Amino acid sequence: MSGDHADATIAQRVRRLETLLEDKGVLSGARLDEIIDASLSGASPANGARVVARAWTDPEFKARLLADGTAAVRELGFMEGSYQRLRVVENTEATHNVIVCTLCSCYPLRLLGPSPSWYKSEAYRSRVVREPRAVLGEFGLDLPAGTEITVWDSSAETRYMVLPRRPDGTDGLTEEQLAALVTRNALIGTAAV
Amino acid sequence: MARINDVGGFEGFGAIDTGDDPEPFHADWEARVVGLFNALRAQGIFNTNEFRDAIESMPPAEYLAASYYERWFRAVCTLLERKGVIEPGELDA
Repeated sequence: MSGDHADATIAQRVRRLETLLEDKGVLSGARLDEIIDASLSGASPANGARVVARAWTDPEFKARLLADGTAAVRELGFMEGSYQRLRVVENTEATHNVIVCTLCSCYPLRLLGPSPSWYKSEAYRSRVVREPRAVLGEFGLDLPAGTEITVWDSSAETRYMVLPRRPDGTDGLTEEQLAALVTRNALIGTAAV
Repeated sequence: MARINDVGGFEGFGAIDTGDDPEPFHADWEARVVGLFNALRAQGIFNTNEFRDAIESMPPAEYLAASYYERWFRAVCTLLERKGVIEPGELDA
């Protein structure tokens, strides 16, 4: 917003729009506060981590998750009433998955929490589809040369989440302990667990 | 025709700042813009596809110069004008 409205900062213009909408009876400030409070409540990568830990410990759930992500996460109480489709893509020894929204910023917010700035940046969106191996390297994830990388480009209708590989030596862990190992970046695919 | 938001595969955007954000918003106004978007959409003043279109049809130079939530604010204003909720220029009167 540079140039034409240099006399007002963006914060002032947003405030002015709120006042204008309130004066016109379109939207009250109290209603707006309510909506702001509600919009991020319940959105957390802990949700996606719970889904992953369940998939690691329950092969039947995992099969359902990979077949129909939307329905499977609903079993755990997530994405109720969502009109978007969730597709969960599984990392294996041979394949690594990473998600992007090249057009903008589509992202399974409830399961992953607020998206990081880099996910919305032109640099990530433009480059991860062209040179995913180099991009993952910048995140500190150096995959073996033989690992195939699949990049999933989100759309308004379909959101993706990565099912990371369960680390070795975790046989004795509970589902809760397993969930604690799963990071937001692992659910995006820019990190491993 | 491809629009400026369709950046997949483009070169020249440089390195990725892989740092983590401690907070989802960097300023209070960003949260308020997201709130405005959610509230106005919930009231049926515009829908998600119209909102995306308003962002994605921004002139390329303005799109690239604007931050993520500046684009959101611009799109909300564009749609409020298009729907006749506010008059063109009213926000700056």
